[in-house]
Amino acid sequence: MSSATLSNTAIKQPNKLVLWFRYLRRNPSLTFGLLILLFLVIFTVYGLLTIDPKDAYPLAVRSKQPPSLEYPLGTDFFGRDLYAAMVVGMWQTAVIGIVAGALGTIIGTILGFISAYFGGFIDTAVTSICQILIPIPAFLIQVVIAGSIDKRSVTIFTMAFVVLLLAWMGPTLVIRAQVLSMKERQFVSVAKLSGMTSLGIIFKEILPNLLPFIAAAFIAQVFQAVFASFYLAIVGLGPVREPLLGNTIWAAQTQGAFFNGWWWWPIGPAVAMILILGSLALINMGMDELANPRIRKSE
Amino acid sequence: MNPVLKVVDLEVSYYTDAGRAKALDRVNLELHAGEKLGLVGESGSGKSTMALAMMRMIKPPGRIEHGKVMVGDIDLMKLSEDEMLDARLSEIAYIPQGAMNSLNPVTRIGSQMTDAIKAHQPRMPKAQMKERAIHALESVELKPDVFRMYAHELSGGMKQRVCIAIGILLEPKVIIADEPTSALDVVTQRQVMETINNIQETIGAAIILIGHDMGLMAQSMDKVAVMYAGRLVEVSKVREMFTDPKHPYSQALIRSLPKLDVKGVFQGIPGLAPSLLRLPSGCHFHPRCQERMDHCDSVRPENQVLASGRRVTCHLYDEEAKEAKQVPA
Amino acid sequence: MNYRILTKRLLFLVMVIWAASTITFFIPRLSPRNPVRERFAELARTGGFSPEDLEAIVADYSTRFGLDKPLLQQYGDYMWSIARFDLGVSLNKFPKTVMELIAESLPWTIGLILITTILSFILGNWLGALAAWPKSPDWLKNIATSFVLFQGVPPVLLGILLIFFVGFRLKLLPLGGAYSIGTVPNLSFEFFIDVLRHQLLPGIALVLGSVGGWVISMRGMGVTIQGEDYVTFAEHKGLGPKTIFRDYYLRNAMLPQITGLALALGNVVTSAIVVEGIFALPGLGTILFSAIRSNDFSVIYGIVLFITIAIATLMVVVEFLYPLLDPRIKPQ
Repeated sequence: MSSATLSNTAIKQPNKLVLWFRYLRRNPSLTFGLLILLFLVIFTVYGLLTIDPKDAYPLAVRSKQPPSLEYPLGTDFFGRDLYAAMVVGMWQTAVIGIVAGALGTIIGTILGFISAYFGGFIDTAVTSICQILIPIPAFLIQVVIAGSIDKRSVTIFTMAFVVLLLAWMGPTLVIRAQVLSMKERQFVSVAKLSGMTSLGIIFKEILPNLLPFIAAAFIAQVFQAVFASFYLAIVGLGPVREPLLGNTIWAAQTQGAFFNGWWWWPIGPAVAMILILGSLALINMGMDELANPRIRKSE
Repeated sequence: MNPVLKVVDLEVSYYTDAGRAKALDRVNLELHAGEKLGLVGESGSGKSTMALAMMRMIKPPGRIEHGKVMVGDIDLMKLSEDEMLDARLSEIAYIPQGAMNSLNPVTRIGSQMTDAIKAHQPRMPKAQMKERAIHALESVELKPDVFRMYAHELSGGMKQRVCIAIGILLEPKVIIADEPTSALDVVTQRQVMETINNIQETIGAAIILIGHDMGLMAQSMDKVAVMYAGRLVEVSKVREMFTDPKHPYSQALIRSLPKLDVKGVFQGIPGLAPSLLRLPSGCHFHPRCQERMDHCDSVRPENQVLASGRRVTCHLYDEEAKEAKQVPA
Repeated sequence: MNYRILTKRLLFLVMVIWAASTITFFIPRLSPRNPVRERFAELARTGGFSPEDLEAIVADYSTRFGLDKPLLQQYGDYMWSIARFDLGVSLNKFPKTVMELIAESLPWTIGLILITTILSFILGNWLGALAAWPKSPDWLKNIATSFVLFQGVPPVLLGILLIFFVGFRLKLLPLGGAYSIGTVPNLSFEFFIDVLRHQLLPGIALVLGSVGGWVISMRGMGVTIQGEDYVTFAEHKGLGPKTIFRDYYLRNAMLPQITGLALALGNVVTSAIVVEGIFALPGLGTILFSAIRSNDFSVIYGIVLFITIAIATLMVVVEFLYPLLDPRIKPQ
């Protein structure tokens, strides 16, 4: 029986870059998020290269100046150049976000993995702790922790630490769920049958499939970290001297910026923060769409 | 007597990322009142698409390109959206495959039946609607209690029968049952098939039963229609189909059925059903056909009527069909 | 009512409360700071006590408030007082107790949270359902998507922008506070309008900030529900789009959203508090803000504990309401 003689003109697949661009066009969330983030990164890098960081701290320049050519974002009550403050603040926010986000993801991944893979008592313990801590608003615990630390010893890194302490639960549960479902799936049993060692299975079979979830968890964690540190700063629990964006807004409000007519003081950081959180949220949503084929739109 | 269902040159395509797939290619079909037609074919042959097309439920990226679906005197394709809504369930009803999830989990069975009645006859008093619904439930051998129950309280077979009951609520002219017994065990299968036969006798509807269980078809159907790659390749009376199938594909299908008295190697059909995106030219079946002729790969076979009233789509019968046309009716 | 499940849930609630109280007890005591000493040191600077007097005062305070007892005993006393709703005394506004401060400000906070949550829940879910419904007009779907843009942004930032544009630039609405300065609270209509005007901007900020979340989750839910067989069968039955939307689509999609409400409570309360602080509304938020500024620890910890317990309790309550809505879950 002869097989079908179909003209098999191989369909020419466009190269990877073009496929990527087409995908970005269908996923406006991811695209916009990345674009805004790119803009912020360029802004910060350029800023860091051009300003004098000392200007971001009190008593550096003339105070209470509205925006002008010399001080593009004006100056505040304490004599900071708000443009310099914004640049340094963004950099610091990025540090907190990435450090706390990365550490939170790593801890969460390891914990979630161990919990799911080995099961038993460890699993019950870890999940119970997560379940009991989750209803407690993380922000409040962070307030307690941050409030107990001597205000003078609060630094960027203590903030990152405080944020981290409550960040690991999310990734733990997500990764655990994924590993659990993978454990049951056939490709793991097949690997076991073919004699792969436990470690081999972990690294060669499970981990590659976890990567998209870990990546998504990382973005979500960075977002959470930036969000949490912002909230702490805005209630006045941040390292007050540092020009963190949340700190600036807090300082502005406590000095009654709007009532005194110094509108430029809280607006700059507010807009910057909106862009940062907005872009992270968009990227987060875009990643969701990437990972969940059901919501994915087709061309 | 006029056929109660007449499908003329129905064409449906799906426009996917990978290209245009022709799911139904000029399908023609006729059914008279009270007739039972079994529609068989491999997965992807177009059986379900046919059912959906007749109900005008093809959604993008699919499109009904062409064709008529006459139920009685009405061409469903020419109806407006609202008129079609009305026609569904009252003129032509569809009983879904795998009723496991076809019932609303959060409302009672009764309200799911009465809302169907209400949509078509809004002026009927509630009590009467309830009576009708309970009557339908009894017709499928379900107790009136079911009216007040929720879907999760019913077994698979019961849920399927509820769907059948809904299908007969408004006494449609045509009922399409899409693999009504595939998800059920043998005992329940028999019950459901009996139910379908019973209700068909009571309301005299024409029934199209979609499936791939040939044995079931042999037991209950009057006619059998075979689909392959979007084309209706043969329609014959059930006896004729099993004893003297005409189309090479039907022949291969019948040959592949295990027989009780003959022990031997199973006969499959070599090759694979083609992807609807890359259909073979001419006759879709020609790559796998053992009786392929020269022009089978270039000339498209037409759906022809043979002397006995049977329809075949195959070049083997071109002559026979011509002769049949010449014989005065 | 299933007593087994009820007990399990109550036990869970107790565990959460226990965890929260233990955390609020131990963490402050882990740090070397002594709030009492700090407080009095501050007073000393302005009041001019001598160092010896200061120590005497601190010692007296410690004995009176049991700060010199062994840790475990303090823990016991602490837990016991919480059970009696005694959250301690404010350091700053002595002799006002923490509970008194909370009771004074709670109505404002509850009012704000209740109204904004109900509004954003209804608006968000409705928009989300429409956004996922294929027959909705495109402009509606676009509006829904634009709300989503606000989702990642904390309401407090939206609040600042609103203060700037509406309050500062356009001078349409007040910049902050609960009512105009100098007004004496009374039951008149003018006062009511005044309060309303002051609540408008924070309210809008909170609604805008949380609507997006509901739109997204409802839209996702809607997409899933639409693919369900019972929706398709409903169409096969010839039901009109409005009936299908209401009875088959909405009713199924709402259920997980209610659970979502319970889970979102933490966020809702957190953003409301911060917004209150920024707008200087007389709710829990402002009390917390000033307590942080003045290092009034008992108030800080007291409020944290109170809110945690309130949220955990509400979550359990919602869990019990759920079976009433979903017939698949039998209460027995």
